[in-house]
Amino acid sequence: MQTAAVRLDGLTLAIHGTTILHGLDMALHPGRITALVGESGSGKSLTALALMGLLPDGAQLGGHIDMAGRDLTQLAEADWLGLRGTEVGMIFQEPMTALNPVQSIGAQVSETLRLTGTDRAEARRIARDRLDRVGLSAIGLDRYPHQLSGGQRQRVCIAMALARHPKVLIADEPTTALDVTTQAQILDLLADLARDEGVALLLITHDLGVVARVADDVAVLEKGQIVETGATEALFRARAHPYTRALLAASQPAPRATRAPGGETMLEARGVTRLYGKVRAVDGVDLTLRAGEALGLVGGSGCGKSTLTRALLGLEDMHAGSIRLAGHPGGTAMARTDRARISVVFQDPYGSFNPRWNVTRIVAEPFHLTGRPDDWRARVAEALVQVGLGAEALDRYPHEFSGGQRQRIAIARALVTAPSVLVLDEAVSALDVRVRAQVLALLADLQDRLRLAYLFIGHDISVVRALCDRVMVMEAGRIVEEGPIAQVFDAPRSEAAQALVAATPRIPDAWLEESG
Amino acid sequence: MSIAARLGAALVALVALAAGLSLIWLPHDVERLDIALRLLPPSPAHPLGTDHFGRDMLSMLMAGARTSIAVALVAVGIGLVLGVPLGLWAAANRGRWLDEVIMRGNDLIFAFPSLVIAILITAVFGPSAINAILAIGIFNIPVFARVARGGALPLWTLDYVAAARVAGKGRLLISVQHILPNIASLLIVQATIQFSLGILAEAALSYVGLGAQPPTASWGRMLADAQTMIYTEPQLAILPGLAIVGTVLGLNLLGDGLRDALDPRLRRAQL
Repeated sequence: MQTAAVRLDGLTLAIHGTTILHGLDMALHPGRITALVGESGSGKSLTALALMGLLPDGAQLGGHIDMAGRDLTQLAEADWLGLRGTEVGMIFQEPMTALNPVQSIGAQVSETLRLTGTDRAEARRIARDRLDRVGLSAIGLDRYPHQLSGGQRQRVCIAMALARHPKVLIADEPTTALDVTTQAQILDLLADLARDEGVALLLITHDLGVVARVADDVAVLEKGQIVETGATEALFRARAHPYTRALLAASQPAPRATRAPGGETMLEARGVTRLYGKVRAVDGVDLTLRAGEALGLVGGSGCGKSTLTRALLGLEDMHAGSIRLAGHPGGTAMARTDRARISVVFQDPYGSFNPRWNVTRIVAEPFHLTGRPDDWRARVAEALVQVGLGAEALDRYPHEFSGGQRQRIAIARALVTAPSVLVLDEAVSALDVRVRAQVLALLADLQDRLRLAYLFIGHDISVVRALCDRVMVMEAGRIVEEGPIAQVFDAPRSEAAQALVAATPRIPDAWLEESG
Repeated sequence: MSIAARLGAALVALVALAAGLSLIWLPHDVERLDIALRLLPPSPAHPLGTDHFGRDMLSMLMAGARTSIAVALVAVGIGLVLGVPLGLWAAANRGRWLDEVIMRGNDLIFAFPSLVIAILITAVFGPSAINAILAIGIFNIPVFARVARGGALPLWTLDYVAAARVAGKGRLLISVQHILPNIASLLIVQATIQFSLGILAEAALSYVGLGAQPPTASWGRMLADAQTMIYTEPQLAILPGLAIVGTVLGLNLLGDGLRDALDPRLRRAQL
């Protein structure tokens, strides 16, 4: 094997006296993709920032980061300036905020070159070349970020990072904010770039499917310690460490057992249409959801699933069509008492609660629809018990809870008025895999006990499999395929469903067979 | 809190203390003139000396602080009480005609030079502290309306607002329960800045004789009275001038400090 482009040697990191990284040993090799896998709080993003010299104030590094004979832990800020961009490049998670909205993409890609004295014409030529390389040859240098899609923006970010041919490229969750089809394209691009340009790529991710798809080597990070490291396939097959086993198990939730078809129709939509100007965001959608049934709704970003969800919840008007909830008028025409029969859990466990309210008040909010019953406090406590939180949560505030606990609080809020329909809008997408598995189990259990009807909006096929009985695939405002999970995901007929299944990164089954 | 913010808080506390104390006790009566005692240098009886009518300068400054604070406080109160609901309501009706009416009305008030209109109002309705308060207060309304609307708009896109809407809450209830508490820090910071502007405006109006009328003590009029003697008795102008500068500086430093302390984005950046 060639010499490493970067070698971490017993890297430790403490921030304001709290130790975050406990002696990391890792090597990144030219032309290879190394995945750093871990849950939130494991220290994987801080590892990336340490490699870029972008650690927050109060950070104290120990050990060594060896790059071509230089120890990066000893570098002064002035020396870092010559290193960032030239030796180490970085791609961030959120392509929406990583680009400056008032600068053209040509100016942003050539910026790093201009900083080192490349003349304007040459910088523009290189910028054009880099943008061609990342697959944006049809996009002019004078375009602005808002004119591009999320995937295109991430390509611009990659072109920026590559402008000066860095030897090491760090990608921090580069595809988490993208839908699966775009994610697959970006991953393929990164893999190509690493091999063709001999870049050592550090891919930080929580998604083991992504790791299996592109990474050559894996390092598993748990609470600031690398617990296992090795070549991807060998590591997945052996899964020597219990933490690796737990992560793998959680990322492959078991499909839901086939259940008897649901009971009476709870939510029914016919010909729902919503226009934005001339765009038909939702175009004649029919939907039937029965009691006790879980229906998945999948599709790429911009397919109209959010708009449809908002129309079903009565948050948005429609231009045509009808919605009925348990036989009564639904959508914006819902009566107050009917509104209490449908509730929602959102994706973001951090933006879902007023930060100044305590849990009692948060969970009790839906009683606004029905009037507070005399035993409302008991019901709030009961809802919290149902989601596995104790009475000690009642007086606490959202910031005191972890992401998974917050999502439980959101579910408790959705359950408190004893609704019949629960809309789960990407409700587990922001959670770590092990927490996600717990919340999925909770949702399945609640459904069996309370005979709830679920409408689950998601993009992750394995999660939809784990919870849903049926699935609808949406594209450009229309439902293009609908049917039982096994039928749609194992033998997709529509192009959209086929593309979705093909793009979903998954771990090859052979890697997971029990070797005894 | 930073050293600058502490200094600001200390200055403001000193002025507030002087004003509060003046309500119950003053070293000397500021309404009693005694020409025999005119223009005395500092002494134990008169720590800052006396003015050309024999009034104790320290007592005048303390009573003037009371006037300045009362005028600025009520003017900020008018802005908060009327401007914040307007801004919240405009944000809740974003893009509808009501939003347009409120915000264009704001623009209209902004288009007038505030101090000139304040002079006009006091000239028409007669000079008095009450009219000065009204004149300054009216121009605080659009400032708070803008800050409230600007702070409220991003909150309306958050999930907890959507959850409240799913829970059947209307715009008014959401504005009061979810939006207002979360823009309070913005409003507090803006209030300190408007407060310092109010002190300045009151001093300016009093200086041209349109603010609080004699015998009520006022920093602006102390300056105006002193200007004929500025070469012979400069301390008569310097002392109220320092009081104004110190108060405004203190409020601005405090406002900056509060912004840093209350803005969660800045707080996170410091971690």
